[in-house]
Amino acid sequence: MTRPPIWGLLAEFDGPSALVAAAARVRDAGYKRIDAHTPFPLEELPEALGVKRTVLPLLVLLGGLLGCVGGYFMQYYASNVDYPLNVGGRPMHSWPMFVPITFELTVLLGGLTAVIGMLALNGLPMPYHPLFNVPRFALATRDRFFLSIEARDRLFDRQETARFLREVGAREVSEVAH
Amino acid sequence: MEPAPAPLATPPVIGPGHTFASITDKISAIVLRRRTSRGWLVGFGISFFFLLVLMNAVGYLLLAGIGIWGVNVPVAWGFAIVNFVWWIGIGHAGTLISAILLLLRQQWRQSINRFAEAMTIFAVACAGLFPLLHLGRPWYFYWLLPYPDTMSLWPQFRSPLVWDVFAVLTYFTISLLFWFVGLIPDFATLRDRSPSRPGRFIYGMLAMGWRGSARHWHRYETAYLLLAGLATPLVVSVHTVVSFDFAVAQLPGWHTTIFPPYFVAGAIYSGFAMVLTLAIPLRAVYQLEDFITTRHLQNMAKILLATGLIVAYGYMIEAFMAWYGGNPYEQYMIWNRLTGPYAPFYWALLFCNIAVPQVLWLQRVRTSASALFVISLIVNTGMWLERFIIVVTSLHRDFLPSSWGMYYPTVWDVATFVGTLGLFATLFFLFIRFMPMISIFEMRTILPEAEVKEST
Repeated sequence: MTRPPIWGLLAEFDGPSALVAAAARVRDAGYKRIDAHTPFPLEELPEALGVKRTVLPLLVLLGGLLGCVGGYFMQYYASNVDYPLNVGGRPMHSWPMFVPITFELTVLLGGLTAVIGMLALNGLPMPYHPLFNVPRFALATRDRFFLSIEARDRLFDRQETARFLREVGAREVSEVAH
Repeated sequence: MEPAPAPLATPPVIGPGHTFASITDKISAIVLRRRTSRGWLVGFGISFFFLLVLMNAVGYLLLAGIGIWGVNVPVAWGFAIVNFVWWIGIGHAGTLISAILLLLRQQWRQSINRFAEAMTIFAVACAGLFPLLHLGRPWYFYWLLPYPDTMSLWPQFRSPLVWDVFAVLTYFTISLLFWFVGLIPDFATLRDRSPSRPGRFIYGMLAMGWRGSARHWHRYETAYLLLAGLATPLVVSVHTVVSFDFAVAQLPGWHTTIFPPYFVAGAIYSGFAMVLTLAIPLRAVYQLEDFITTRHLQNMAKILLATGLIVAYGYMIEAFMAWYGGNPYEQYMIWNRLTGPYAPFYWALLFCNIAVPQVLWLQRVRTSASALFVISLIVNTGMWLERFIIVVTSLHRDFLPSSWGMYYPTVWDVATFVGTLGLFATLFFLFIRFMPMISIFEMRTILPEAEVKEST
């Protein structure tokens, strides 16, 4: 497959309502490689764009379980197998005493998984992205709302898609260089 | 909690006339556009001086050993543990604001969570220093961690002191992650708005290429919520584990079941006092009254009052159980607190923590920034005294009068404590100069324009 001449198109919208409405129409038109860029999270947007639910909660559950089981096993192994130290004839497998550390390690590994998993699934850190070539895109972190369609999308057409974006309410459409 | 359908009774959480752009510009200008003010330089200079005091105190400690402190038998836990518990308690309000209030969907948290989280991290950093230095040979601190060592030994996992290591390290890590994750979108804002090339580069690196993508926000919010869910039980567990350091021991005054809840309430109490101590000057100096409104101050004052009452209940139960339990050592412990050599501290603590905060019942006091500032300082002092009383009075007179003694801090104890105040203030001054002290992206979400209206 040859590389398209541009990365895609970027459409600018005035407010969150206009963006969400436009995103739904773009998705209904059949575009797949679309994304929106907003200064703050919009609850309605993932649905309007047809974004799938993230697997992150599952990963965090697994991370937490690993911390839980691993933490308990470490303490059990240390106090019963590797270095049994009997103090005052109390039971070796004194599980209540192992609860605090097991809990802390559950939280630690769950939390680390949440952050590292979020960054990894988002593909961050990514210092360069074609969208940063558009000067007005800097406003995506201030007060502007953007919708992007990649040139790799099968329905993409440089003129036709730009026209369509204006039709759904974009106040400005710009081409994004690679 | 305010009743929902009473818009007239509830003052707004943000001043009138703000837009996405004005919020962004106002908060980012503090970092990017404003010149370094003389007040900042003076404040930073004073804090840095006390940081140097800390460096000296720690340097001499490493050279001479902890004999330079006032700790000795019978009081082997002196200022170091008092300060540890005090600092770590202060941190708790930051996590409470950022995690618990997020789960409860309290919008007023948005303008105070960022610097409260910063406060948490810096406070935990100060707290962590004390047990480390108290080890005697701090350079062997890694013996506390389970690692494959040549002595083929393990830490004693049944000891609350080892639980403490895990609790505090986990708390620090999770707080740092929570803070950093919250900062990523704001770093992107600073990257896009910084007028200087180094600024764009440094904030750009910290933002890690954040571009506000809807897919990214989706995962981001999931991660943020999960972190809040994990941090909420964590914050309760941390001061619980700290209280176990005392409660698992068998000394009169320590060996009580009220300790975990009473420590957690006390931690939140002192933490909110510290948030007020920091927020009130900040909003005045940087003209942030639009963002940190009277409603914020009032809400924090109410939490202060509520947690203060829980703490008062803790003191009451301590005394009641000592009498009702019929144990002569416990009874003597309370009697010794009330009339013994440290009695002035105990009475001062009752005055600071129970008597003074009762004025918060008055609306006039809750809405007055200067009154709240003074009360917050008094509560902070009171909470420090509380930890002093808990640590010292139980140790200095235990079961056998032949082993009684007194504890007097030395100049190095004081220097280390004052030094950590300097460390905390230095870090905080750097934070407000180089990072957005209010979460910009979360402030945008509380504007009415942020809501998506169905038009079609």
